[in-house]
Amino acid sequence: MERFTTLTGVAAALQHANLDTDQIMPKQFLRGIDRSGLADGFLFDLRFAAPGRPRPDFVLNRAPWNEAVVLVTGPNFGCGSSREHAVWGMRELGIRCVIGTTFGGIFGDNCTRNGVPAITLPVVEVERLMALAADPARCRITVDLQTRTILSPGDGRELPFEFDPLRRHMLLEGLDAVGLTLQHADDIRRFERQYLQHQPWL
Amino acid sequence: MTPRTLYRRIVDAHTVGPLGEGGEILLYVDRQVLNEYTSPQAFAALHAAGRTVWRPQASIAVVDHVNPTNPVRTARTMALADAGRARQVRTLAENCARHGIELYDMLDSRQGIEHVVASEQGLVLPGMVIAAGDSHTTTHGAMGALGFGIGSSEIEHLLATQTLVYRVMRSMRVTIGGRVGAGVTAKDLILALIRTIGADGASGHVIEFTGEAITALGVEGRLTLCNMGVEAAARGAIVAPDDALFEYLHGRPRAPKGADWDAALARWRDLRSEDGAVFDAEVTLDASRIGPMVTWGTSPDQGTTIDSVVPDPAGEADPARRKSMSRALEYMDLRPGQPLDGLAISHAFIGSCTNGRLDDLRDAARVLRGRKVAPGIRAMVVPGSTSVREQAEAEGLDAVFRDAGFEWRQAGCSMCVAMNDDHLEPGDRCASSTNRNFEGRQGAGARTHLMSPAMVAAAAVSGAITDVRRLLPG
Ligand code: SF4
Repeated sequence: MERFTTLTGVAAALQHANLDTDQIMPKQFLRGIDRSGLADGFLFDLRFAAPGRPRPDFVLNRAPWNEAVVLVTGPNFGCGSSREHAVWGMRELGIRCVIGTTFGGIFGDNCTRNGVPAITLPVVEVERLMALAADPARCRITVDLQTRTILSPGDGRELPFEFDPLRRHMLLEGLDAVGLTLQHADDIRRFERQYLQHQPWL
Repeated sequence: MTPRTLYRRIVDAHTVGPLGEGGEILLYVDRQVLNEYTSPQAFAALHAAGRTVWRPQASIAVVDHVNPTNPVRTARTMALADAGRARQVRTLAENCARHGIELYDMLDSRQGIEHVVASEQGLVLPGMVIAAGDSHTTTHGAMGALGFGIGSSEIEHLLATQTLVYRVMRSMRVTIGGRVGAGVTAKDLILALIRTIGADGASGHVIEFTGEAITALGVEGRLTLCNMGVEAAARGAIVAPDDALFEYLHGRPRAPKGADWDAALARWRDLRSEDGAVFDAEVTLDASRIGPMVTWGTSPDQGTTIDSVVPDPAGEADPARRKSMSRALEYMDLRPGQPLDGLAISHAFIGSCTNGRLDDLRDAARVLRGRKVAPGIRAMVVPGSTSVREQAEAEGLDAVFRDAGFEWRQAGCSMCVAMNDDHLEPGDRCASSTNRNFEGRQGAGARTHLMSPAMVAAAAVSGAITDVRRLLPG
């Protein structure tokens, strides 16, 4: 997994509440067996009127947000289906970080596993960042996972955020979660032996 | 020791050990179900890293999302015209063969929607942890188990280690007291709950359902209830096991037998929240005040009772919610103040992992006996599994549906997600027993109204969304 330490770039605001993964990655993009080729599918119906015909008024199709690396999202972004394709496509399009009040639980986990921190903040802070993100002159921010701060030169603020320590460590180091867990293989084997001994029908 | 919730007890019984100082644990998982569209990437990553499957017998695989549901199922009718879908099915079969994982392929008599198949085969037992690459894995909470959905990277982790890196969630107790009225089902209870707490109301929580109305539900009703827990953002939705569940499980193909059954039963009887256990959140509803529910919007929390009108976004204080309401009304082509009763439909769909079980088909058939689908309406039944289909046929339910003018199809996800050939066209309006009314879920530009199977049947024969209570035998 690619490391995430610090990121500076354009943030885009997506105000919609409950933007679900069916909208983030519609079904016509789910016919593959790999993780690539999904950038076009990301928010397809919001971004495109038809294949190859972008909607000129949609935020991610307009400068400077066509170069967005951060999304500031409405509540429950990524709810619904577990499809990790939503994160693969988002990542492929260049989004490296999402910020909101809540995220779909599976979506949030999927983000972490793809080097994309999903940062949750109180609603007032999300609204403040959303207002900044909507302003082309002030929409550049820095997300620093090392110091757990978001810098917004647009209003001169420096905002600390909470982030789960283990996830932070994995993101900062770009660690392979499976490899890490397999270091505990003996513990798992020991647990499993005992567990199955008590319930032989499993 | 502080009294623990059932959820916490299940987690504790599966904890291999703590990880780091952030409170995460390594959680042992009993079983996982794999499907054709979220597992290929997990296997590919596993193979690329030169790893293997930790415990092949903990997995079963099933084809459910992309298979056709043509009324006649043969090797020929199950041939997939779409090259991508065909490759997904082939890849699943190859991966299963390579690792010795049992596969219920399209022509298997056990085939069906993963969350229907797992319980009917007795694969999920009380006290288990089950995870799968599908969000509706919460369904299995009805078996007194902890079930939750995961992404493909987590499937890879699970295949390789039989564990997940897990953060213990907060707990929420949802008590539904009272008795449901005639024509009110588990689907109405869960839609009422989601409307009350919102589509992110149980975010970061695992729900335990309790109360008189829950106990009174059959196991299949509880499966419906827990299935849609995820539509309130819950990361698990559990009902404590009881005699009704034990009876349901007894004799199922994969349930323990003989002395094992007795030993298992003794363990299962103890599975409940300890007296005095404190939940992080409490919600209470009164079943007797809940009527048949219908959604009017594009999020499962945008629903109301059949005798209500479409709400006015102007009355919503929260700006993000107001905006999504307005957008939903535009997409759904509805006006504030418009009655839902009498809203004309073009399609009726009964099926899905929410409402594709035998009780659901019986409920719908009760409404349909001696009635006909209204002219111009396309009405379909897609049973949740091949076995549900067979049992329904043994009871003669297929004849009731056919006589009424419903298509009687083969099992699969079908028009719940429209990843096979079953889909709606732009502007179609569907009364649907499924779980998601998201934009485009049943087809680009199509409009979905979620409701119970009996309500779908009532809409089909009326040609419009209708209060099923008017059609029920008195
Ligand atoms: S029936 Fe619908 S919700 Fe259930 S597993 Fe299939 S697609 Fe998902």
